[in-house]
Amino acid sequence: MALLTYNGVGITAMAGAVPRRVINNYEYTEFFPADQVKEVVDKVGVFERRFADEKTCSSDLCYAAAEKLIADNDIDRSEIDLLIFLSQTPDYRMPATSIILQDRLGLPSSCIAFDIQMGCAGFCYALSVAYSMMQNGNLRKALVLDGETRSKVYSPRDRRSAFIFGDAGVAALVEKDDKFGQSWFSINSDGSRHDLIMIKGGGYRNPSSVETLTEKVVDEYGNMRSDEQGYMRGGDVFNFVIREIPRNIKQTLEASGVDKDSIDYIVFHQANNFINSYIAKKMKLDTAKIPHTIEKYGNTSSVSVPLTIVSELKDKLAGNKQLLLSAFGVGMSWVTGIVSFTDCHISDIVEVENGQPIE
Amino acid sequence: MEIKEFIEKFAEAIEVEDASALTAQTAFHDLEEWSSLSVMLLIAFFDEEFEKEVAEKQIREAVTIQDLYNLVTA
Repeated sequence: MALLTYNGVGITAMAGAVPRRVINNYEYTEFFPADQVKEVVDKVGVFERRFADEKTCSSDLCYAAAEKLIADNDIDRSEIDLLIFLSQTPDYRMPATSIILQDRLGLPSSCIAFDIQMGCAGFCYALSVAYSMMQNGNLRKALVLDGETRSKVYSPRDRRSAFIFGDAGVAALVEKDDKFGQSWFSINSDGSRHDLIMIKGGGYRNPSSVETLTEKVVDEYGNMRSDEQGYMRGGDVFNFVIREIPRNIKQTLEASGVDKDSIDYIVFHQANNFINSYIAKKMKLDTAKIPHTIEKYGNTSSVSVPLTIVSELKDKLAGNKQLLLSAFGVGMSWVTGIVSFTDCHISDIVEVENGQPIE
Repeated sequence: MEIKEFIEKFAEAIEVEDASALTAQTAFHDLEEWSSLSVMLLIAFFDEEFEKEVAEKQIREAVTIQDLYNLVTA
């Protein structure tokens, strides 16, 4: 396996932002009867999530998180030499949202900025790219911004995806320091399953047209969506995940030589509670070590791993900690990261409305 | 696993309260308890009990409980 290994680089600060609007899932009954909604909600374990308003994009959530991080840690903006924006809900088809954020955050024009377009497994991609570039030696600080507005992607009339997703953004500051131990990343791809989770229309293979924008009944259960909205073959995703994720975690532990019991926290992608509980049970993991936010923020795609760290581990990362990060998603793509944390400073989560942080 | 036990465990998996009404010939898609979520529950059941991967499509194409039994015991 291709195992990426890093030394002396780590996350020194994190901050998160969520839209102000809270969706109470039991009351999300505009399109389905309350008893059906309850059945789905109880199974997926998403009781609340946040929906961005019309004026709030992923970039606005990341901007709010980044400003909070910069203010709380008294960061000199001129020292930020790298900005990575990770999202599948960018502001525009072009230019890259990262470039716009460079200006909006007041970063120097010498700052390297680019987007990474990956789904639920994305955070470890962005982190490993930042770690790689930091090891070049000439960069001082890197800002990894990870944002999603999944609420704008899925049909509220498709019960297979209508009750799961939420919106959020996270900022992570990456720096070099000998205090950080080693980190490892295993990153994997299976394009033969690219049609398990997909938005078929609106790209260049199937450009936007009246046809792609027309809402249709898509299955025997009467679920409705257009080809410009996402779909998910949940059963087949589940089949894939319950085999590949335990295997990849075991392989990564073995290849890194890290003892499973020395891991302080295991942070899973918050897909839904059914999948996460099943994996924990199957792998006989200590659930006290597994923080979760699925119940209050839902599945926020690539943001769910760092958001869970920001929300649940705020006061638990003093000293040296070792976290195992595990995520999977559209592609299919899946990752395991074993990441060293040392005195990471985590800010309180900020709320965003009309594209602006609420003071 | 015999078909009788399979039917009981199937009922438990998709949360059918009265398993006594089920037979090998029951068309499970017509059960009141059957929903789009049941596919996930069945996949978990097949993995746990049989360590078998059964695709969504195979579950969709199966008609009776016997068909499901054949999928995992074949």
